[in-house]
Amino acid sequence: MSDAALPLAAAAPARRSSARGESLGVRIALIAVSLLFLLLFLLLPLAAVFVEAGSKGWEAYRAAITEPDALAAIRLTLLVAAIAVPFNIVVGIAAAWAVAKFEFRGKNLLISLIDLPFSVSPVISGLVFVLLFGAQGYFGPWLQAHDIKIVFALPGLILATVFVTFPFVARELIPHMQSLGTADEEAALTLGASPWRVFFRVTLPNVKWSLFYGVLLCNARAMGEFGAVAVVSGKIRGLTNTMPLHIEILYNEYMGAAAFAVASLLAGLALITLALKTFLEWRFGDEIAASRRH
Amino acid sequence: MSVAVTIETIEKRFDSFTALRGVSLDIQPGELVALLGPSGSGKTTLLRLIAGLEQADRGRVLFGEADTQELSLRDRRIGFVFQHYALFKTMNVAENIGFGLRSRPRQERPSESEINKRISDLLELVQLPGLEKRYPSQLSGGQRQRVALARALAIEPRVLLLDEPFGALDAKVRKDLRAWLRDLHGRTGHTTVFVTHDQEEALELADRVAILNDGRIEQVGSADDVYDHPATPFVCEFLGEANKLPVKVVGGQAFFGDRPVLGGITQNQGGPASLYVRPQHLRIVDETPLALPGTVEHLRRNGPLRRAEIAVEGLKRRLDVDLASQVAPAIGERVRLRITHGNLFAAA
Repeated sequence: MSDAALPLAAAAPARRSSARGESLGVRIALIAVSLLFLLLFLLLPLAAVFVEAGSKGWEAYRAAITEPDALAAIRLTLLVAAIAVPFNIVVGIAAAWAVAKFEFRGKNLLISLIDLPFSVSPVISGLVFVLLFGAQGYFGPWLQAHDIKIVFALPGLILATVFVTFPFVARELIPHMQSLGTADEEAALTLGASPWRVFFRVTLPNVKWSLFYGVLLCNARAMGEFGAVAVVSGKIRGLTNTMPLHIEILYNEYMGAAAFAVASLLAGLALITLALKTFLEWRFGDEIAASRRH
Repeated sequence: MSVAVTIETIEKRFDSFTALRGVSLDIQPGELVALLGPSGSGKTTLLRLIAGLEQADRGRVLFGEADTQELSLRDRRIGFVFQHYALFKTMNVAENIGFGLRSRPRQERPSESEINKRISDLLELVQLPGLEKRYPSQLSGGQRQRVALARALAIEPRVLLLDEPFGALDAKVRKDLRAWLRDLHGRTGHTTVFVTHDQEEALELADRVAILNDGRIEQVGSADDVYDHPATPFVCEFLGEANKLPVKVVGGQAFFGDRPVLGGITQNQGGPASLYVRPQHLRIVDETPLALPGTVEHLRRNGPLRRAEIAVEGLKRRLDVDLASQVAPAIGERVRLRITHGNLFAAA
């Protein structure tokens, strides 16, 4: 859009600017402010992460990320994401389906509840699980009696991550599914398709791009979540430390280079997510636009 | 293949809105029936009930002798063409048309080569040969419409249901497709029900037209029946145009004020009534005992027709009169109108 408008603006600057109502100076100022902001708040910190990570040389970098505690943290992070993300995909699709395709009492309440993890502070999200499943929690004695550990163990990390990242998939899917309506599904049903076939051949392909976005965002957050996970983790080195927690500990122990080395992995993940999203938008832009328009 | 459809005293409510209030309709095998009515009259709800996409609160729908309540959507075998076609965007034309056949349980499913043969036959039938690999987004509105029809026909439906089949198309395409659909129905002979709010479409296309209003069927009949012999004031006003005159019927004559305007009334009715007269049934005459005086206030051209708006004393709305001759009266001229045909309904 803006690419097409630029040559026009250059050819007839006076007319274009008067039509838009802003003078050339205002436009330059606006663009400059945006660029400066991006530079200061996004690019500079990102660059700093990589510069700091490499400040002690390649060997130190390699040592920092292959050290046993770091490897354990990476493994745990991947494991938590590998469980939390698929879980949220399934539940997110189910919730979006229910909201978009059916009319029922309490639907608005459900939509508000889906947003809850976004509006609640992550610390509280973590504390809730401690309150429920911790030693002094409601279910604590029972869990102890049956020798089940949730808080300060893997199940707690997964619960907190699922809770915090739940909205991403559902939030992407709900508006898209609502705008699509139910005609395609009805058409498939009248043609004799079974409900499963309708879902896998019609509903899911129709929303695949929204789903993919949702999964990307959900995954990035699942790996990067700090607050809620910090509360339920207990920060046992090599056992319940995820990457963000490991980074914090390293940093607090004045091991800045090592902290930034692990941080660069997380930042790299964010960059890959961004690149993937941009690539898909560029490669399948028409299809994505078409699937959103209808 | 085609079955009769019997609709028995269907009632349907949505929350606070009553969509259908006891609707009954018999549709013969192979018949082409239009459900015509304004928006909110319940016509689309009725169509979706026949399809099984809605459940009736009361009453039932029979396909032949079978109560459809006991049939699943698959077993009903209906071909439903949606208003906006609902083509599967992520599938090409061939996959869209083949979807129904490929959805059948394995033992009933035709072989891949049979399915492909059927797809190309159907594309031939809807006059879109060679478009198998196109996606819906690459088709024009008229082409999508025909692909949607081919997809519905692929499962060899017992009943074909079309929701506003031409609603989303421009006027020219709409006319062409209308003739084509009529022709197609003649060749394939499916029992067909379609919903429309376009009376011209309904009258031209359908064997019979059912006119719905406020959840009830006002009249069912051939195009000539419903147009020439409307059963209710609503039908009279909804189909074509009609001027409405408050009259009093005394002794076989209708009086507007104290002036007789229409004679030879055989209907056994007296007292106050409404007389509906179509613009083509008002003629400007020189002198006659049964005539209505008025003043020409406005002249306009409506396609091939010339029309005058004539003010009559004692009547708020001006009368629309189609001019039969090329010689138009002048604006302001005083004329006399003779009613050649009218429909009389007792005042409510």
